[in-house]
Amino acid sequence: MTTTLAPELNIARPAFEDAAASASATVATAPALLVEHVTKRFRPDRRKAPVLAIADVSLRLERGSIHGVLGANGSGKSTLIRLVSGLLTLDEGRVEVFGLDIERDELAVKRLINRVSVDAAFFKKLSPMENLLFAARLYGLEAEASRRAATRILGRLGIAQSRLGRPIEQMSRGMQQKVAIARALLTSPTLLLLDEPTTGLDPRSKLEVQAFIEEVNAMHDATIVLTTHDLAEAERLCDRITLLRGGRVVAEGTTPELKRLVAERYGQPETLEAVFMTFTGRSLDDDVEEDGETDD
Amino acid sequence: MALITSELKASYAFVERNFFLTRRYWGWELAFLVYSVAGALSISLIGAAAGDDRLLLTLIIGAVFWNYLSVVFSWIADTISVERWEGTLEYTFMAPVRRWTQLLGSCLYAMAYGLVHTAAMLLVLLVFFPQLRPESMNLLTAAGFVLLGSFSFVGIGMMAAILPLLYVERGAQMTFVIQSCLLLVSGVYYPVSVLPGWMQVLSHLSPATYVLAGVRAGLLDGTPVTGLWGDVLPLIAMGIVLIPAGLWAFGRAERYAKRTGKLKRVG
Ligand SMILES: Nc1ncnc2c1ncn2[C@@H]1O[C@H](COP(=O)(O)OP(=O)(O)O)[C@@H](O)[C@H]1O
Ligand SMILES: [Mg+2]
Repeated sequence: MTTTLAPELNIARPAFEDAAASASATVATAPALLVEHVTKRFRPDRRKAPVLAIADVSLRLERGSIHGVLGANGSGKSTLIRLVSGLLTLDEGRVEVFGLDIERDELAVKRLINRVSVDAAFFKKLSPMENLLFAARLYGLEAEASRRAATRILGRLGIAQSRLGRPIEQMSRGMQQKVAIARALLTSPTLLLLDEPTTGLDPRSKLEVQAFIEEVNAMHDATIVLTTHDLAEAERLCDRITLLRGGRVVAEGTTPELKRLVAERYGQPETLEAVFMTFTGRSLDDDVEEDGETDD
Repeated sequence: MALITSELKASYAFVERNFFLTRRYWGWELAFLVYSVAGALSISLIGAAAGDDRLLLTLIIGAVFWNYLSVVFSWIADTISVERWEGTLEYTFMAPVRRWTQLLGSCLYAMAYGLVHTAAMLLVLLVFFPQLRPESMNLLTAAGFVLLGSFSFVGIGMMAAILPLLYVERGAQMTFVIQSCLLLVSGVYYPVSVLPGWMQVLSHLSPATYVLAGVRAGLLDGTPVTGLWGDVLPLIAMGIVLIPAGLWAFGRAERYAKRTGKLKRVG
């Protein structure tokens, strides 16, 4: 547990202050994100059994940490992120963001979080600036200040000012993804949910985005949930990692802990790849899943 | 008070964004105006062919004011369907705004857009048919009914917006079904009395029926609003019922979409 939240940071974060004011005194010590026994089922076809997308998942993120969520396609990563974002309702369990319940304190929580998903969704005919201005206004930010902030953030991500007025559809996928990240950062989220933000980016853009994620985490004291299929990225950025399989948590720990675990218990090489293969592979039997759930 | 100002500011986000969209697609907007004017003209010319100025004005009113109501209605539903196919709806729903704030913003823009669009049409038609004499018309009555009717159509628009919310592929087209049914029963181009009895019952449930009756009384006969309580009161009642009903229904639909994962599933 390495909480490094300096008290004066609250002053720099009006959104947080608002939310904190409306909640109890426990907020100051509450974890950034608390997920307790959350379950979500989908039933796209009435005649078939429901899909268990998230099954009894619990997580606890300390402030200022970057928490990786790894798992094969369909393991429930995006569903987990959507549940925390309030885009899906919980079937069971509860979620708290800085001590605020996501259902009861919906608006206060919404001010604290933002999300970047793998598809950079925009009004494609509008310019980056128009899109960002819309997002900023939704969060109650002033237009002029937002324009300046957007220009600064996009500049930091390598997007020149001359591109800000042209329709987004003319931009490459990498650039669009950077604009999506800028949109999320514009609202100064204290909890940032990144769902495969670097998937489909070229190596250079990937590195730029990763460096920026580190910077946001360090400079703006944002707590981050990151899902990725890039194990090097997870290793570089994440303080802790949760592995999902079939909607369940099969392992959780720091990267060295997880590596040691697969080396000692399964005789695997001490790499994150071995960790991923071991915990998300299909050849494992059920008691391995149960073992994995104990957090050590 | 601070709450209301901040919500109104957030509403403005939608007004401004929709304005950006209109501005970006201005060529299409112009084409749409041509389409609307041509449609209204060809219907009005039926009246001109009959050599009946009263029929001519009746048809013009039908075409122009029906256009206003359908523009308001479809903009509200479109606001959702555009976000649905651009994929931005999840981001908008994540923002700390109340749903009525969002829908209010969309409605305000829809009304402003509808007014500009309709005024342009009206202008063209007045130029085209110089025999019409605007000085004998009670424009205040017409404006009053348009305003009153807007409230009801905002409510219906919110309910229609549920369709693109839940059915991304076909939802937007389904709103046309609602629109054409309203067109059929509301006496837009013919008196309601020619409809079969059961359809006349439906026509009493359509706010457009009262709007058109009121506007016609004002423009054809110069009747002031105060002489038209029979049309004003149902419109007030419908506005009072339909807006909260629209909000409620939309909220239910949103909740359903979030429970079943219908908002989006890629990623
Ligand atoms: N909106 C939805 N409707 C129906 N099933 C869904 C929906 N979203 C996800 N699922 C199902 O839930 C499971 C987890 O999906 P997802 O969270 O997208 O996985 P990941 O992001 O790890 O690839 C999959 O089986 C997927 O088919
Ligand atoms: Mg995913």
